[in-house]
Amino acid sequence: MYVAVKGGEAAIRNAHRLLADRRRGDRDLPSIGLDQIVEQLALAVDRVMAEGSLYDRDLAALAVKQARGDLIEAIFLVRAYRTTLPRFGYSVPLDTAAMLVERRISATYKDLPGGQLLGPTFDYTHRLLDPDLAGEAAPEAPATREGEAEPMPRVSDLLGRDGLIEADGDADTDKGPADITREPLEFPLGRDGRLQALARGDEGFLLALAYSTQRGYARSHPFVGEIRIGEVEVEIEVPELPFPVPLGRVRVTECQMVNQFKGSLKAPPQFTRGYGLVFGQSERKAMAMSLTDRSLRAYELGEDLVAPAQDEEFVISHSDNVQATGFVEHLKLPHYVDFQAELDLVRRMRAEFEARGEGGVERQEAAE
Amino acid sequence: MPREREAEINAARHRRMAALAHADGARIAELWTGAGLPVDCEVLRGPETGLVMLRGRIGGGGGRFNLGDATVTRMTVRIPSGEIGHAYALGRDGDKARLSALADALGQSPAYRETVEARIVAPLLAEAEKADRRRRGETAATKVDFFTMVRGED
Repeated sequence: MYVAVKGGEAAIRNAHRLLADRRRGDRDLPSIGLDQIVEQLALAVDRVMAEGSLYDRDLAALAVKQARGDLIEAIFLVRAYRTTLPRFGYSVPLDTAAMLVERRISATYKDLPGGQLLGPTFDYTHRLLDPDLAGEAAPEAPATREGEAEPMPRVSDLLGRDGLIEADGDADTDKGPADITREPLEFPLGRDGRLQALARGDEGFLLALAYSTQRGYARSHPFVGEIRIGEVEVEIEVPELPFPVPLGRVRVTECQMVNQFKGSLKAPPQFTRGYGLVFGQSERKAMAMSLTDRSLRAYELGEDLVAPAQDEEFVISHSDNVQATGFVEHLKLPHYVDFQAELDLVRRMRAEFEARGEGGVERQEAAE
Repeated sequence: MPREREAEINAARHRRMAALAHADGARIAELWTGAGLPVDCEVLRGPETGLVMLRGRIGGGGGRFNLGDATVTRMTVRIPSGEIGHAYALGRDGDKARLSALADALGQSPAYRETVEARIVAPLLAEAEKADRRRRGETAATKVDFFTMVRGED
């Protein structure tokens, strides 16, 4: 028999009213504007866009504000909003070689064409809290350096020439890339489907997996071939126009991880690669993604499957923080009837246990 | 129409659409008012906001994969002289979509083409170029200049 229980409407209403009040905080302080969040909490906004899988700064900022800064809640809000919109189509693939670069570094080649550009990085800061930021002190304007814009070829294109590093791989088949937002997940996935899942995957989870590979659970001897951050043009082909329509630019972070590979029966020793591409400025996520992409290629490359980071089903099934938080957090919702049933069961087992008495247990152990 | 002429027209139209798509909606409105361009049109579609799935390539140049969606707003209008204009741009700005669609339609009309070019497209492109140049200069200032340390005698 299923028994529905009603109640709590007034409590829920008042709880949400209280939430709105606490979200607003001290009303003597000005309310934070979305433009302030976009400009000054830009990397939180970027994370919400990446894992919410929706590029829209203002919506991500609204979600951050509504979620009181709880980024997974904000990601959840963005995902929910996403489902309300129709899809116009698929873009022409982004050309990261043509990026308006804001940061570009390589840990493998010092003198690469275009140079090492540090950009707005936390690297080399001393991680000392800066009391000046507690006030309104205005920072200096950035330094500038004039000069011709040098082309910045992707490092992978430079290294590929002598065959010591694997190429990008073939273009996809006519079937087109997998779309995990349209088809249910079915393992094994192709690398295309995996990358889509990783691109929206939880940064913390991927970071931990990537770290596990460095600590020896499926070690992959990685080097950062290149990280680049900047804006790329987006275009889409539509039936009403005879050319791809320009939509504007999006900021992305790309990581090319280069990994030593001792070769297999089929493949010669060479460097293999892991790839990361993420919305916004998100170097840690792009690096973790590329390490995880590489470890998940173990089967394809004929490596021994020994570690969690190589287990596609384990990694991809648990990388989505909206699914994860949904299932973990649902435990706090009323389970009164389930628990009542289990309580009855435990009572019965306990009664049987006590009826057997101490001696009964000893006899049973001896028999085993 | 000869093929070269058609390619030229499409290239100009692409450039115009790119200038508008990159621009801020409020700035387009400001230029529009300044140029005194008309706003009458028949709305054929939109403004309508939806998603475009952005794609990347595995390794940067290999097979395609789906990266994530972006919001995109589109609109289609017809101006009184009959030209149809389309607009597509990232974001959710319906007013920007309307003016961009109008600009696309007026840009096809001999009576307005030059005004649209000179008063809307040219300033937007110049501003975008200036902003990009500044950004490149700021990034270039963070370029690492390596120098070799000479150690020991000789």
